[in-house]
Amino acid sequence: MARHALNIDVREKRFGGGEPLFSNFRLCVAPGEVVALVGPSGVGKTTLLRLIGGVDDDFVGEISVDGVPARQAPPPGFVFQDARLLPWFDAVDNLCAVLGHVDEASALAMIGRVGLGAHARAYPRQMSGGMQRRLGLARALAANPRLLLLDEPFVSLDSVLVGELLELFRSIFEAERPTTILVSHDPEDAARLADRVVLFSGRPVGISGELSFDIPRAARGAVDIARLAEAVSAAGQGGAT
Amino acid sequence: MAGLPQIDVTVTEPASAGRRGMARQSGPGGQRPLWLELLSLPLLVLIWHVLAVVVASRFLPTPLDVGREIVDLTAHGPLLSDFGKTLARAGIGFVVAMAIGSLLGLVLGRVRLVDRLFGPWIVVGLNLPAIVVAIACYIWLHLTEFALVLAVVINKVPLVTTTIREGVRSFAPEYDELADAFRVPFGQRLRIIYLPQLLPFALAAARTGISLIWKIVLVFEVLGSDGGVGFRVGVYFQFFDMKGVLAYTVVFIVVVMTVEYLVLRPLEHRFLRWRDTH
Repeated sequence: MARHALNIDVREKRFGGGEPLFSNFRLCVAPGEVVALVGPSGVGKTTLLRLIGGVDDDFVGEISVDGVPARQAPPPGFVFQDARLLPWFDAVDNLCAVLGHVDEASALAMIGRVGLGAHARAYPRQMSGGMQRRLGLARALAANPRLLLLDEPFVSLDSVLVGELLELFRSIFEAERPTTILVSHDPEDAARLADRVVLFSGRPVGISGELSFDIPRAARGAVDIARLAEAVSAAGQGGAT
Repeated sequence: MAGLPQIDVTVTEPASAGRRGMARQSGPGGQRPLWLELLSLPLLVLIWHVLAVVVASRFLPTPLDVGREIVDLTAHGPLLSDFGKTLARAGIGFVVAMAIGSLLGLVLGRVRLVDRLFGPWIVVGLNLPAIVVAIACYIWLHLTEFALVLAVVINKVPLVTTTIREGVRSFAPEYDELADAFRVPFGQRLRIIYLPQLLPFALAAARTGISLIWKIVLVFEVLGSDGGVGFRVGVYFQFFDMKGVLAYTVVFIVVVMTVEYLVLRPLEHRFLRWRDTH
């Protein structure tokens, strides 16, 4: 049996004394695979991402990365919904301080790669929202993580920036092949980037459908993306697999 | 592999602003004229001089007379040794009170149970009259240096504790999540996440602490000590010697302003400059 890069087995996760959000939930992700979690707002996509990322460890079950419990595995590259930068550090220090083992030259290189080379010494308050998001992305990628967790990375960004970021993600997925979980409510994001789409619904959260895309990411044209996005939407509504 | 196109938008960053060189920006009201600030104290001295000339009383000497008195007391009197004693007491009291108050503030801010149990003690401490603490310390521990410094510390600790506790309570949980996600070890977390959030509160506690400690050290010295600024001012008071009182007061203000402008403000600028960037 092929070894999975990410094994998720959440037997129970609940908030306070309420009914469980997850109950006997299982999901496996192959090495280098890009899986999009798609579902309505509030269904539990971000919660699952937080469990995988070790931000929330208050659950019953096991999550392992490359066979190692997630908390003991090397840190993932985590892109939060907001940029979540440390306002008291400039761009370079936001990478170096948080990642610890990343030196200034590597940080500068990654900042240049997301298009912020001219603002390496600017503080977050001196950046626009889009620039801050780019810096958050640079922080996630700087340590060359084997696991990439993206929580709505395109939400509230303008279409030009979204297009540029999509291009960057595509090139990273092809070149470095990190195992990636992409949380999105937009079927089009999933259609552009994912190898597989997992549809979330219900409470406790269940997998209502899965779609695997056979057209390689790099070869997907506008028509393919529209067709795939439509398929994701239809599956979400009909629960088809 | 190609990266994203480089962003080159104009941000309102001072032209000279490098990593270490962020300049303080003027507020929404525009640049404050520096000359007004420089003129402020000479104006005060001028008003004092005019008043002294008009009143022409030995109870209100002119700034010039007070200046001469300062020179005389420095050269032949006890001014330097008195200030040495007062500064040492205030310095020790400040350092000890900041250390204890910060530690207590951290614990009370983090552990709700401890805060509930000991929170009222802090309220009592905040409202305890300083003079009562000094008298109690002098009675229990006699007129010693230790009693004086202890009284200063007891007066100051509740204020530092309260300020630091508020700082700890205001920690943003999002940064903890960030640290969790990137597996930032505790020591590094302390340095890059907790301390920067605590620093504005620590500086505020230091600033209020210094101004409070100056005053209470002087009061306690009047009450019972064998030297120091407060002791000497008490002696001058007994002889209605306003020239001596004002000489000590002026030097005292110079010392306080020196600490403010040469220590506190540069520190604040160094550590909090990111808040002034736009």
